[in-house]
Amino acid sequence: MNSSRTRRALLAAVGVAALALPLAACSSGGDDGGSGATTITFLTSNQPVDVELAERLIEAFGKDNPEIEINHQTQPAGTEGDNLNKTKLSTGEMEDLFYYNSGSLLQVLNPDQTLVNLADEEWVGDLTDAMKTVVSTDNGLYGTPLGASQGGAILYNKKVYDELGLTVPTSWAEFEANNEKVKAAGKTAVIQTYGDDWTSQLFVLGDFANVAAQDADWATDYTAGEKKYADQPAFQSFLNQQEAHDKGWMNADFASATLDDGLRLLATGEGVHFPMLTGTMSTIQQNYPDNVNDIGIFAIPAEDAADTRLTVWLPNAVYIPKTTEGAKLEAAKKFVAFINSPEGCEVQASGATPAGPFATSACSLPDDVPPFLTDMQEYVDSGNSGPALEFLSPIKGPNMPGILVEVGSGIRSAEDGAKLYDEDVKKQAQQLGLEGW
Amino acid sequence: MSTIREHAPSTPGNQRTPPKESRRKRRGMGETYPTWFYIPSAVLYIVLFAVPTFASFYFSLTRWSLFDIEFIGFDNYVQFFTEPMLIQGFMNTFVYGFVTSALKVVFGLALALLLTGSILGRGYLRSTIFFPVLVSTVGVGIAFKVLMDPFDGLINQTLATLGIQGPGWLTDPAWALMSVALVDVWKGVGIATLIFIAGLVAIPQEYFEAAKVDGASAWQRFRNITLPLVQPATATVILLSLIGGLRSFELIWAMTKGGPGFTSDVIASVIYKQYQAGFYGLSTAGNVVLFLVVTAIIVPIQYILNKRQVEQ
Repeated sequence: MNSSRTRRALLAAVGVAALALPLAACSSGGDDGGSGATTITFLTSNQPVDVELAERLIEAFGKDNPEIEINHQTQPAGTEGDNLNKTKLSTGEMEDLFYYNSGSLLQVLNPDQTLVNLADEEWVGDLTDAMKTVVSTDNGLYGTPLGASQGGAILYNKKVYDELGLTVPTSWAEFEANNEKVKAAGKTAVIQTYGDDWTSQLFVLGDFANVAAQDADWATDYTAGEKKYADQPAFQSFLNQQEAHDKGWMNADFASATLDDGLRLLATGEGVHFPMLTGTMSTIQQNYPDNVNDIGIFAIPAEDAADTRLTVWLPNAVYIPKTTEGAKLEAAKKFVAFINSPEGCEVQASGATPAGPFATSACSLPDDVPPFLTDMQEYVDSGNSGPALEFLSPIKGPNMPGILVEVGSGIRSAEDGAKLYDEDVKKQAQQLGLEGW
Repeated sequence: MSTIREHAPSTPGNQRTPPKESRRKRRGMGETYPTWFYIPSAVLYIVLFAVPTFASFYFSLTRWSLFDIEFIGFDNYVQFFTEPMLIQGFMNTFVYGFVTSALKVVFGLALALLLTGSILGRGYLRSTIFFPVLVSTVGVGIAFKVLMDPFDGLINQTLATLGIQGPGWLTDPAWALMSVALVDVWKGVGIATLIFIAGLVAIPQEYFEAAKVDGASAWQRFRNITLPLVQPATATVILLSLIGGLRSFELIWAMTKGGPGFTSDVIASVIYKQYQAGFYGLSTAGNVVLFLVVTAIIVPIQYILNKRQVEQ
């Protein structure tokens, strides 16, 4: 009796061990041997633009630093990537370096707990003040910009403007008049591409510099829960989107068209205005290189021409998670410094044309730039530009694309949409643990 | 204790359980295998099912960002039920579940009748109807998204040659959910057909012969013999497709992502969107709600259908 009971217990223990062993094996992943060279991993999104830039950077870096090997890893962009990043950081599985948004999306990653503070690095002094703010918390600076800033504006076809004798509008009324003329000429006045739902947000997000021009404290009050999208001046952007639909300015296939379709319409001149990020110009450059010089930009017009400003997105940045330690941390810091060096800048400025000015004095634009960049530079130089809301406030409601697709498709009124978005924002603010919500 | 035991034998009416014997009996019943034999599966069950289930009840009561957890009681549930998209999501889920379930019964039975008849190439036709079941749901979704493109899609181009202007299958809010439901039926009807074939084959031919002798028409034979006798199969099909319909997600996500806007959102896609947005506590609460709702619908249905079966 006694011996059989011990045997049973023993067998049970063996059974448990047999089950647990493979589970345990998962956690002790293989690591690099002590072969002298340090291998670090660098994570970017799988977007072709990012992949290409990362690979050219790694190649250039490898020439000067043969003792460091960098493995490029990719993951999906968008909300899927956001979730992967959060999961990887909270479980300590993040790559040694990663490339990600600055501003509100960075704040969600809880940088004070998860990222290495880079405030004491040499290159920090080169960053523009705006850039420093969007990669910092009260306790440290966590990233270095990679790539250029971009504008959220109306991309327009200059050729068609010449043909129809139009001039760049500075107020919404002028924009309305232009749209009617374009429509009368049998072309698409405003391109919308809800097949990629994030593209629906530009009328609203790209209008923010105009809002800030009318109410300088709007972003702060909004973060505190005191200003809402359902009220003017911010509400105007929802109305604008509804008007574009109600007045029949949009392309017939707006509901199913993708971003690539939209860029084709713009490049070929079938469509004339496309509220979009200037970062998409690299796609036009790739697919329609002959048409790049036909495209210009202007800021989304405010009701009053005096308030019209260009909304600017600051570059994404490269971050080092706290899980990167020892020799790997040294190697990672070296790579980050390289991104901010003249050689690193050269890599960033070659290839696809930058979407806008750089955010560090270490890098400058090439001399020969396409017209859209000259247009953008004018706004920046004359002080008629301002950062997008996501760089001034940590709150962005996740359902904005869907809500704006509904407003732009005539499913929901601007008023309803703005109210619904305010509710959405409330959830995000509570999740972030902000005061006053 | 001892006094009671001493007393017990003297009062036969009170003698509920002779303790020793019954215990031995129960042991004998329970232990088909020795204890150690159960431990591995018990450990698996606890680690992979029991712990996550109870953890999810806990997490649904927190505001959880993966980095921080804050206990907030039932706030997530309150938030979830005030979610404006949720009402529409619920409606859509029920419409989707009942439409796909009903169509699968109708088409499944009709096809099963055809495929149990004496027709040419029956074996081949039977396997063809089952092929869509084997294909990945996401693959089917993407393929039909292309086919249903309002301008360049094969469906509307074919309709155009006939002079018909097809609707925006997936982009028109009035059509989007129904279009996905139809694709779901196309993809899932194979299983329903298979179950019905099994049910039909099990009906003894003698009934039909007797009915024919009595002069019953085809419709009467179907109505009075086939339908009642295929009832167990119908119950299975309804139950399976209703469960599938109520928790459907992949096809909707692959085809419309709940769009345009939120017009084809179902509960599962609303929950997934909360998860995507990083509202982990809220989306866990949503899953608990989904679990309760599906249970509340399925348990009575199963009860009713099974009762009917027993009555027969």
